[in-house]
Amino acid sequence: MPKNGTGLTGKSFAVLRKDLLCEFRTRYAVNAIVLFGITTLTVVSFSVGQQSLAPEVYSAIFWIIIFFSAMSGLAHVFIREEETKTAMVLRLTADPTPVYLGKLGYNVLLLALLEAIIAPLFFILTDARLESPALFIVVLILGMIGLAGATTLIAAIISKAGVKGALFAVLSFPILLPLLIGLINATSKAFATGEVYFSAASSELQLLVSYGVIMITASLLLFEYVWEG
Amino acid sequence: MYRLDAQNVKKTFGPRIVLRDVSLSLGIGDSLAVTGPNGSGKTTLLRILAGLTLPSRGTVDFFHEDRKLGRSEMRRLVSYIGPELALYDSLTAAENLRFFAVLRGITLDRGLIGKIMEMVGLGGREDDFYHAYSSGMKQRLKYAVALLNDPVFLLLDEPTANLDKDGKIVVSGIISRQKERGVLIVATNEKEEYGFAEKRYRLDG
Repeated sequence: MPKNGTGLTGKSFAVLRKDLLCEFRTRYAVNAIVLFGITTLTVVSFSVGQQSLAPEVYSAIFWIIIFFSAMSGLAHVFIREEETKTAMVLRLTADPTPVYLGKLGYNVLLLALLEAIIAPLFFILTDARLESPALFIVVLILGMIGLAGATTLIAAIISKAGVKGALFAVLSFPILLPLLIGLINATSKAFATGEVYFSAASSELQLLVSYGVIMITASLLLFEYVWEG
Repeated sequence: MYRLDAQNVKKTFGPRIVLRDVSLSLGIGDSLAVTGPNGSGKTTLLRILAGLTLPSRGTVDFFHEDRKLGRSEMRRLVSYIGPELALYDSLTAAENLRFFAVLRGITLDRGLIGKIMEMVGLGGREDDFYHAYSSGMKQRLKYAVALLNDPVFLLLDEPTANLDKDGKIVVSGIISRQKERGVLIVATNEKEEYGFAEKRYRLDG
């Protein structure tokens, strides 16, 4: 067979492309994640209505919706491989790093879709006001990377366990807690009025960047042991 | 010259000992049939040799000349087919082949995919989804995927499971070619398949 020397990037994109193609044809995770998000948001909008709440409360509600919606879908990326018994052939043919990077990319895209749907609906269905769209978008991107970075490795860990769904949320929560606190604080700055937004949120942004870098680096180092163990 | 060395491999599942001190050494041209009744540990042994399961004790190493190969190098040389292994249901046969080819660092154009599919008796069915295949066709496609990297070590668990007469002929051809150019390990409890290999290793559980 003609060898093409496909590198890490090509192999990672192949895993990502395969996952997107399977997802596009089955809607396995998208349905779960988006429907959970919209349902939760609708319940929140009915209970909060058009009351004016503090920016911190809006921020917390927003990230709780994103967190639990993400919990309902992000683990599928590895659980599906185990349940359909394709994990074995993937282990036989692919090095761990492109598998992790491909799955990470898939979870980042899934979260991007979730945030792109939930964020506008959140402002339509609640009385939350966005004072700094730029800061909000930066926080969304950092949240997306941090959430995906941590949950992709956790998904690989729990995919071999019996009670996968419950274990995913239980394992993720303590690991994601620092990220969620940073996201809620940073987002509340984007909702608050009368502040210099980016500088006011600089410590939170540093935390979010550091968290993302640490999680992805640690995951890259640990994934081989989780995947092949 | 490639070589596989397994030393004192032991595998336990809880209190049950499945494999006890299995030692093997196989080089190019060697072929081995692992036999034994159901539950004797044939599949477990093959999975350990393929790197899919860790032994509880003992070692499995692959060598080129006298150099011990790393996990990544080993992955390029070993192919395994077993009944519990599946390909992607929501991809077509061609998409499955192309995906695993990229992971193996191989370029597959449409013509080459057609040739591979012909080789395993699935010519003209490359655009069918894997889930639409019969169990025998799925087994043939697994062979197509396993042969993409021209494996030095080919590990077959129940090699003719689900295959019809034509499928068994295809597998016989693959096995003959492998015995000439590499290492073949077959796990089976079908007496007619013992002849696939020159050596036999019996597991009694």
